[in-house]
Amino acid sequence: MTGPAVEAERVARTYRLEGFSVRALREVSLTVERGDYVAIVGPSGSGKSTLMHLLGGLDRPTSGRLRLDGRDVAGLSPAELARLRNEVIGFVFQAFHLLPRTSAVENVALPLVYRGLGARKRRAAAAEMLERVGLGHRLTHRPNQMSGGEQQRVAIARALVTGPSVLLADEPTGNLDSATGESVLHLLETLNAESGVAVVLVTHDRDVAARARRQIAMRDGRVASDSAQTDQEPSGGTP
Amino acid sequence: MRLAEAWRVALDALRANRLRSALTMLGVIIGVGAVVVLVAIGTGAKNEVEAQVEGLGSNLMLVVPGRLEFGSAPSASRLSLRDADAVAEVVGDPRRVTATVASGETVRAGGRERFTTVQGVLATTPEVFDRPVGRGRYFTESDVRTGRRVAVLGATVARALFPDRDPIGQQVTVAGVRFRVSGLFAPLGQSLGVDRDDEIHIPISAAQRLLGVDRVDGLAIKAPDREHIDDLRARVVAELSQRHPDTEFSAVTQEQILGVLGDILGVLTGVLAAIAGISLLVGGVGVSNIMLVSVRERTREIGLRKAVGARPRDIGLQFLLEAVLLTTVGGVLGMGLGVGSSLLVGALSPVPASITWWSLALAFGVSAAVGIVFGVAPAQRAGRLDPVVALRSE
Ligand SMILES: Nc1ncnc2c1ncn2[C@@H]1O[C@H](COP(=O)(O)OP(=O)(O)OP(=O)(O)O)[C@@H](O)[C@H]1O
Ligand SMILES: [Mg+2]
Repeated sequence: MTGPAVEAERVARTYRLEGFSVRALREVSLTVERGDYVAIVGPSGSGKSTLMHLLGGLDRPTSGRLRLDGRDVAGLSPAELARLRNEVIGFVFQAFHLLPRTSAVENVALPLVYRGLGARKRRAAAAEMLERVGLGHRLTHRPNQMSGGEQQRVAIARALVTGPSVLLADEPTGNLDSATGESVLHLLETLNAESGVAVVLVTHDRDVAARARRQIAMRDGRVASDSAQTDQEPSGGTP
Repeated sequence: MRLAEAWRVALDALRANRLRSALTMLGVIIGVGAVVVLVAIGTGAKNEVEAQVEGLGSNLMLVVPGRLEFGSAPSASRLSLRDADAVAEVVGDPRRVTATVASGETVRAGGRERFTTVQGVLATTPEVFDRPVGRGRYFTESDVRTGRRVAVLGATVARALFPDRDPIGQQVTVAGVRFRVSGLFAPLGQSLGVDRDDEIHIPISAAQRLLGVDRVDGLAIKAPDREHIDDLRARVVAELSQRHPDTEFSAVTQEQILGVLGDILGVLTGVLAAIAGISLLVGGVGVSNIMLVSVRERTREIGLRKAVGARPRDIGLQFLLEAVLLTTVGGVLGMGLGVGSSLLVGALSPVPASITWWSLALAFGVSAAVGIVFGVAPAQRAGRLDPVVALRSE
């Protein structure tokens, strides 16, 4: 498929609370190209997570236009949007969000359940994916039998088992120590290079952001800077 | 998502909270069990009473003075043996009519005693009530005419007074007056806790002398055929009313008694089933409650499932199946409980219990429906959850 993986055009997201409203995002335009590796940084409350939810089709913009894999989310029913998420998006969360009492393979196979795949095919695909993230020996382990780093690897395998166009990772190393976090980041970089899945990563760590091909800084619900647009300016970054 | 997958997910969820699932199910189990066992008892009682009334003999009609109604006191009887003769005339066959005067008396023999029902009756009684003597002989018309002191014992009385002797030919005293045992009834057994063998029959003339009365409590008539039974009833009442202008008479046929008893017991069964139904409803509310708890507990799971592609209906189906599974498994176990306790009640108590297919089917159907009805709201709530909000929940 051609065209960008995700395209946001002047998207805004306003939360209406009793009596007042919070403008979490104000007219953000952003295009994620296929195979890109993007880091988003910004102070707490600047709208990074809100943007990630929009990019992943978990939420809809209050205004503006959003296209996932070329499809405008505005006209989609909740069921159609769910299907689009299943096909195009992979999420990795700070809190892992693995199902408890459920083995690693079954956790990884979960997205394939909603694709209507049979148990045998699901298991084979999930086992293969776990192998790729270096957990071929942990297939039947449950989340409470694994380290944090291993759990996040399982979550990454789950995000990629459907072969999505974009992997959205909101502070994936936030709950990990630096060495474990480093290995998870390395895994994301390797998967990006090998399978060509675009990665969008939210991080508070400047060094982590610096390793990405493209950096976006958010402030007060806006994109404050985007290295894709300021490439020419000398910013001390990579060429 | 495939349906088989949804079943598996629902089953896993129930297994993850075994104790809670079991307790929730218990409400349904008790409800369904109660419906089955109470309907079985009601139906059993109805069958028993009908069998008993039918056992009185076919085409039977009972005549008593006064109005036969609930709440009205029986009026003092003005019937006498002469009325019995007059009614025999109307019926056209004296062998089809008997009269009775009954009293509770103590019967003694050889140092033993028993308080029992003493029935003073005509010699035609065995034929009218289709109740032949088991051994020995019943008293004759001439015994009744002469007021001979002979007695026919029910099986219970015979056993109580003569545990180790043959009662026939022996003496018994009824209220202090001596009678000779001429025969024994074959045992009839219990029905609804009443021992039908706990009585003795003596000639009505002897009974009247014993009690110092000349009244007759009631008449029983065995009609020659079923078709003309209503006509006969009218003629009997007319005759008696003519003889006693200031007294009302009631005559009921076996069919009427059956009808009234059937109605009463039918209503009783319905009321029992309704009470049990309420407990089933309470069980359903319990299911609904636990499903809401389950949805709240697994909000993050719901958010995650949605994030990886679950549609609202996939989530809704998962929770609905969970509720239906709770109530149908509970329903099947409840049916087992109901059948088991019905058999136990039948075996251990005088109340017969008769398990009916319709009550089993109804109880199961209702429990499945309860699962759907009470599962829909929590399931819809789960299906509509905003994934972002769900993922952020504690
Ligand atoms: N459901 C909500 N209702 C109301 N306001 C919200 C809601 N979600 C987010 N916000 C607000 O929107 C703004 C952006 O929140 P967001 O979670 O995107 O920030 P963030 O950049 O991810 O911060 P952090 O680095 O702390 O995760 C914040 O001011 C937040 O309070
Ligand atoms: Mg955030």
